[in-house]
Amino acid sequence: MKSLRDTWLVFQRHLLLMARSPLQIFLGVAQPVVYLALFAPLLKPALASMGAGTMADAYRIYVPGMLVALALGGGLYVGFGLLAELGSGVIERARVTPVSRVALLLGRSLRDVVVLAVQAAVIIVLAIPLGLLVRVPDLLLAYLLLALISLTSSAVSYGLALKVGNPDVLGQLVNNLAQPLMLLSGTLLPLALAPLWLRRVSDWNPFSWAVTGMRELFAGHPGDPAVWRSLALMAAVAVAALLWSARRFARTVR
Amino acid sequence: MIETSGLRKSYRSGRRGRTTTVDAVAGLDLHVAEGEIFGLLGPNGAGKTTTLRMLATLLPPDGGAATVAGADLLTRPAEVRRSIGYVAQGGGTWDEVTAREELVLQARMHGLAKAEAQARAAAAVDSFDLAEYADRPCRSYSGGQRRRVDIALGVVHRPAVLFLDEPTSGLDPAARARLWAEVRRLRDAGMTVFLTTHYLDEADALCDRIAIVDGGTLVAEGTPAELKRSIAGEVVTVGVAEPHLAPKAAEVLTAQECVRSAEVRADGALRLSVDTGESAMPQVMRALAGAGIATATIALHRPTLDDVFLARTGRSLEES
Ligand SMILES: Nc1ncnc2c1ncn2[C@@H]1O[C@H](COP(=O)(O)OP(=O)(O)O)[C@@H](O)[C@H]1O
Ligand SMILES: [Mg+2]
Repeated sequence: MKSLRDTWLVFQRHLLLMARSPLQIFLGVAQPVVYLALFAPLLKPALASMGAGTMADAYRIYVPGMLVALALGGGLYVGFGLLAELGSGVIERARVTPVSRVALLLGRSLRDVVVLAVQAAVIIVLAIPLGLLVRVPDLLLAYLLLALISLTSSAVSYGLALKVGNPDVLGQLVNNLAQPLMLLSGTLLPLALAPLWLRRVSDWNPFSWAVTGMRELFAGHPGDPAVWRSLALMAAVAVAALLWSARRFARTVR
Repeated sequence: MIETSGLRKSYRSGRRGRTTTVDAVAGLDLHVAEGEIFGLLGPNGAGKTTTLRMLATLLPPDGGAATVAGADLLTRPAEVRRSIGYVAQGGGTWDEVTAREELVLQARMHGLAKAEAQARAAAAVDSFDLAEYADRPCRSYSGGQRRRVDIALGVVHRPAVLFLDEPTSGLDPAARARLWAEVRRLRDAGMTVFLTTHYLDEADALCDRIAIVDGGTLVAEGTPAELKRSIAGEVVTVGVAEPHLAPKAAEVLTAQECVRSAEVRADGALRLSVDTGESAMPQVMRALAGAGIATATIALHRPTLDDVFLARTGRSLEES
């Protein structure tokens, strides 16, 4: 009960901070928008192998992957903000209060989910005139999946930030983590083009499952087993990531 | 209100097998009474911040014991946390939000309900005189304004004990005087204030009692007046016209009966410890004239806290 209240408190504060400097949200979405305009047309021939006959089809395959990439990539960088807060003393100010330590993590991670939701909305709205079509119930499920991915990536980023404590090291770590996870999930380039061994490796990447589930949702197949599988898998991964990171918070931010 | 015995903390910094250990706090016994301003005075690196952070539950001690506001620091940190406020040396506010928003959040993090927290924030804005800027983003505050907000944040939940780490470092004299007044006001309202400082005048003028620390150990403890009285006698400082003659002058003066000790300070002046200054000064002048050393200045002063530090450590706090 107290953790819930405290989580709400921390979440509200970070939402307020975000509302006071909204530019960050839109800078975060700038790159995906450029990709939307430039990459998807380039990829159309490649996506043809996945059944994309028209530009609209290409966007229906490309956009879901990009949303996963955004949730994964964007979330992995939130740890830098935490390091800045550690340096500025605002975390220490919270530490001398009895505020729940888990709330310090959850409040921040939930803010990151909201940031992602806004960014995803921008991309979806921009992609609709290009032929993207998605039903509202499918979209809600897609948002749920995105929220789980974002919780995972931001929790991992906060945990790593506390572990390494240094922005330079964190930067290296995050880059080395994000690149293979992205490539091996077929977010930007479809894995259908990949050799068999690469596809086998990507079977071990939960984000690859998430991309498949996401594509089925945007294709209008919420009943496809890939959908519930990806939701269940990402829920498990998100819980594990949050538990790990919460332990780091409890230990470091004692 | 605060009792420590043998409080210890070492930092280990390891570089590929070769680890160096710094004994930041090496067995500290402190006694702080309720309702006093207690100052931890010492040079940079003396272990002041480390001590403060341990007492504020932010850093686990390596050894020793302590009670803060009646609760054991090691076994009941949560209880300690309920009775303390803490203001770090650098403070800590978000740039984009206002002092009032920060005060409400801080009160709520201490568990107060929203309406109550808002009332406390309003009261803090009044009592710390923040109204002029409390609704502007913290980014726009001057150093002195920021510091007042930091302290208001530290006491918004009305703790019994307030920890302040170097509260006036980097402030201009006016802002400093103002902050001293705030700290005294808190003490007069019954709060126990535990602060660190490396300013002699701050320890002397603001603190009811002080502990002088150096290298993680206690050098002296008492009221400023007691500590200064513990230096028997008085101090005469002599400036010689030709500074290169200062060592010779020290030699000449040490031989005088009225001079207990003489040393050359870093600024080239001589510092003499004497029993009674009035009678020693003419003798000093005579002895120097006899040795052919011209005197440029001569002054008599009562011992300062720096003299206490010098007497106990052999170094001057102002120079270290
Ligand atoms: N995190 C740390 N890691 C290693 N050494 C530290 C750390 N913090 C402080 N020290 C060392 O411990 C000693 C005491 O530091 P500190 O308590 O900050 O002193 P003060 O506040 O009196 O200036 C210094 O020698 C400092 O270099
Ligand atoms: Mg310090």
